[in-house]
Amino acid sequence: MTTGLMSDIYLFVLAILVGYEVITKVPSTLHTPLMSASNAIHGIILIGAIVTASQARTTPGYVLAFLAAFFAGMNVMGGYSLTDRMLQMFRKRPVPAAHNGHPSEPEELS
Amino acid sequence: MNAISIAVALAYLLAAVGFVVALHLMNSPATARKGSRLSWIGMIVAVTAALISVIQNGTITTTGWIVLSVGGIGGGTVGLVMARRVKMTDVPQVVSIFNAVGGGAAALVAAGDFVRLVGGHDISSRIMIATVLDIIIGPVTFSGSLIAAGKLQGWISGRPVVFPGARLLTVALTVIGVGGACYLLAGNDSTPVLILVVCAALAFGVTMVMPIGGADMPVVVALLNSFTGIAVAIAGFVIDNGALIIGGALVGASGGILTLLMAKAMNRSILSVMIGGFGTGDGGAATGPAVVGAGAGVRSVSAADAAIQLAYASKVVIVPGYGLAAAQAQHEAAELAALLAEHARVFFAIHPVAGRMPGHMNVLLAEANVPYTDLKEMDAANLEFPTADVALVVGANDVTNPAARRPGNPVSGMPILNVDQANSVIVIKRSLGHGYAGIDNELYTDPKTGMLFSDAKAGLADIIAAVKALVAS
Repeated sequence: MTTGLMSDIYLFVLAILVGYEVITKVPSTLHTPLMSASNAIHGIILIGAIVTASQARTTPGYVLAFLAAFFAGMNVMGGYSLTDRMLQMFRKRPVPAAHNGHPSEPEELS
Repeated sequence: MNAISIAVALAYLLAAVGFVVALHLMNSPATARKGSRLSWIGMIVAVTAALISVIQNGTITTTGWIVLSVGGIGGGTVGLVMARRVKMTDVPQVVSIFNAVGGGAAALVAAGDFVRLVGGHDISSRIMIATVLDIIIGPVTFSGSLIAAGKLQGWISGRPVVFPGARLLTVALTVIGVGGACYLLAGNDSTPVLILVVCAALAFGVTMVMPIGGADMPVVVALLNSFTGIAVAIAGFVIDNGALIIGGALVGASGGILTLLMAKAMNRSILSVMIGGFGTGDGGAATGPAVVGAGAGVRSVSAADAAIQLAYASKVVIVPGYGLAAAQAQHEAAELAALLAEHARVFFAIHPVAGRMPGHMNVLLAEANVPYTDLKEMDAANLEFPTADVALVVGANDVTNPAARRPGNPVSGMPILNVDQANSVIVIKRSLGHGYAGIDNELYTDPKTGMLFSDAKAGLADIIAAVKALVAS
């Protein structure tokens, strides 16, 4: 088990360093989508919920597995869908015909 | 190791690589969406691999399948609906809720493992340490994020909530939590103690965030995000899964960096944010001796005056702040920018803490169809102010106060937008009221500054109408 624990600690520390390198390069313009995207990534806890459900044999075990699956599912689906919704709004040029709900005013003739 | 478990392990590695590359692609708005999709693919690969692994081991019961699928699909649907329906101004609280459930899930996974092993053979100290950490960090994140979401939504007062004995309660909860944790770590695998620790941690999350003021929320949300990442990584230690460890560590790093950046941009130490209670009634009396008295030397302008200045400028910088987000005036700001852009260079200068969470202002303006090339970060924007004809400040206060460049006042050293270097300045603001730091803004008494006393939304609408009238005549 000691080797397993050590390699887990290696993974953890190296991943933090990689994360630091990568994330310091994200411009502040994208900090909200970044936060939402990293939120989505910690939805990986869904794997933990799957493992918990696979090992549950008792009622408390099933209740915990259900709640874990519910929360993790919400985390994953919500996180990715919100991130994508935000990022699709970041465009180089506004779409010319996108005046939804704001009818363009008639041109004044003078 | 058979072929399937090797394939599963490789799939986890693939997912981890996907997450790293996805975060890397977020270094530009042009590639960010591709990154988000890559991350999504990584997630699908990892979850599929986990399901295959579970099926192959054959350990899951029928009830287990039902619990997993009903829970996962139910939660997924709720998350999807929330993400689709939320208004962009309300994004911070929804991000906070997703963060809460992530932390909650991590705690539940650890608790599930504990419940499975309790009473049986000795739980290894490695699993015990990780479990105990998770049942503390997870619930703190869960309840803390929910309180933060409540404050952002306005269900809970955004003012720091402090009651007599609050500090004592926090200390008591810490003692219970740490004491219970030590009891568990000493080898006593008692479920009641586990429940006690979880409850103390939940209550601690509440007492931790309640005294923190609304304006400090960007720091708190980032910090809790980091906590969740760490909780997920620790859950990875509990169930010995590298994908959880890497994913959690990446989020932990991301949240940590954002926390430091936000605290720096707000001129606060993380410790002072966490201690909280800042701004409770000391807002009015904090006027320093070196600062000009309110009302003296302030020049008031009308929307028509402002429109004339803007219409004849060739370079305009718009500085949006919290007031613009609060008044939901991003569409008016975008409309004015588009109108002025017909004959001038116009862009937005955005301070890192503008809005209600890190980078929130950019999302609001992107939603209002402002191209991201017109959204300038602080450092880039500060190079432009000396050559700007007009700087239009909408609902921003402390982040424009030139006093920050001098030592000896509450905003000293805070990174600011050098709005005072523009040739002329127009400020749309409801009153001369103080910002978060509780001091007068010297920008407002600068001779080249004109104050348009109005709500951000109404003021911008008036200027738009006046500019249109000018252009038409």
